[in-house]
Amino acid sequence: MTKKVIVLGEAREGALRNVSFETIAAAKKISGGGEVVAVLLGDSVQSLATEMIHYGADRAITVEHPHLKTYTSDGFSQAFMAVVESESPDAVVFGHTALGKDLSPKVASKLKSGLVSDVTDIEGEGADVVFIRPIFSGKAFEKVKIKDGIDFITIRPNNIEPLAHDASRTGDVSSLSVDITNLRTVIKEVVRKSTEGVDLSEAKVIVAGGRGVKSEDGFEPLKELANLLGGAVGASRGACDADYCDYSLQIGQTGKVVTPDLYIAAGISGAIQHLAGMSNSKIIVAINKDPEANIFKVADYGIVGDLFEVIPMLTEEFKKLKAN
Amino acid sequence: MNIYVLVKRTFDTEEKIVVSGGKIQEDGAEFIINPYDEYAIEEAIQVRDAHGGEVTVLTMGGEDAEKQLRTALAMGADKAVLINTEDDLDEMDQFTAAQILADYLKDKNPDLILAGNVAIDGGSGQVGPRVADLLDINYVTTITKLEINGTQVNIVRDVEGDSEVLETSLPLLVTAQQGLNEPRYPSLPGIMKAKKKPLDEVELDDLDIDEDDVEAKTETIEIYLPPKKEAGRVLQGDLSNQVQELVQLLRTEAKVV
Repeated sequence: MTKKVIVLGEAREGALRNVSFETIAAAKKISGGGEVVAVLLGDSVQSLATEMIHYGADRAITVEHPHLKTYTSDGFSQAFMAVVESESPDAVVFGHTALGKDLSPKVASKLKSGLVSDVTDIEGEGADVVFIRPIFSGKAFEKVKIKDGIDFITIRPNNIEPLAHDASRTGDVSSLSVDITNLRTVIKEVVRKSTEGVDLSEAKVIVAGGRGVKSEDGFEPLKELANLLGGAVGASRGACDADYCDYSLQIGQTGKVVTPDLYIAAGISGAIQHLAGMSNSKIIVAINKDPEANIFKVADYGIVGDLFEVIPMLTEEFKKLKAN
Repeated sequence: MNIYVLVKRTFDTEEKIVVSGGKIQEDGAEFIINPYDEYAIEEAIQVRDAHGGEVTVLTMGGEDAEKQLRTALAMGADKAVLINTEDDLDEMDQFTAAQILADYLKDKNPDLILAGNVAIDGGSGQVGPRVADLLDINYVTTITKLEINGTQVNIVRDVEGDSEVLETSLPLLVTAQQGLNEPRYPSLPGIMKAKKKPLDEVELDDLDIDEDDVEAKTETIEIYLPPKKEAGRVLQGDLSNQVQELVQLLRTEAKVV
């Protein structure tokens, strides 16, 4: 059985987020050879549609409306449901991003469907598809099947490889006109976070600090290394509780669960709650003064030493590497 | 103000997860109120203290959850309700939970419903927004600040580290993010008082619900533990040599930079 799958592409500051391309790869598996339709919602998203096709979507539908300029669950659910009504998909894939987490339960409720959130892998395809997702923040995993209704999932960024970009791919791009009314939330302002650039949940490299960073300023060398590697800065609960950084940086069972290619833990002891949030990273480097620290038990590579000595040396060494 | 808080009993974050016979072993495990729900309870108490009204904590599951409800009462909630599904439901998913909670709430006319933004066990974060949709009220997730003036509500929410400042109105469901407040510990007088506060138990029969209508849409077919991460290599020698070796290993062996 082949399935028609709709994916929701997500743009930030005028560009598609990488997770959008990952949703297409996930949709291909679920479709079992059926059609993959990309949906883009916003005030000006038409120009992004071909990019979704280059990454493997068969066609794209855009809904443009001034009320879709900033995300609201009311605006986006009305627009998305209009697409669902005109397309009658067998499956839907969103990214498990702030937007996807906020919007997907509302859409699932309207569809009276199940929803498998935060999927990290997909087994089988077509009718036999099974979704894998972490539970207890990654302390365990479950395999989930949808018994009844459409296959609706959100996928965790950075886990499902996008398909190769192919600029020669073509597909139909159509637009759907939707009346968007009765928005109950008015967004007044968005205050950008102080740390620039890469979002923690999508970062390929994370440099995280714990109590060992000792102060807000102590995060500076970590930021420098993260910026050099195109990564993001994270933190343990200990560092957040001590007010060295904002709670939005917290990684762990409360906080964010991350799976970057490279996780550098500096001055983090490795409490079980922190390990839950990062131990599925591909490569873990631990830097800690205490050779008995728990973090070394999950680290691929460890350096016993003072992070304020090691991190700047590491930054210099990477700079040399980049220079060559 | 009529305030409800949706709470979930979860494993303590300290617990290791043990799987046997395809199920998570619960024997001997410590249970707590889902940490994000604690923020919701604290915020509910603060809103009540500022604006008057009543805070009811609501959960579903088995009788074991009474302990967490008593803790919420000891923190300062006024009433607790347990929807006991132990005898009626073997399997439930987020669809099931939302249908039951919304059915209970539909004639209670809540002004404000609070919940955690995610439970640390299942981790789906669906039930709050689903309940709001079923009740046809607005919702705002992952909030870090809440201000209420009459029916107008000003909120700051966390969006992947950015702060979104927004305006909406009651009735409303919000889900709590870390940083919203500092949940209080139950005081000794609080614990004494909690014993006398009402804790009602209802079953599906008391609600307008047919079990078939809330049957789970999804099914967990397997639970397993991730492969145990082996401890790797602690590098040796002069610190600057270690750093050079590490960069080489990351480049040539691990191939991540």
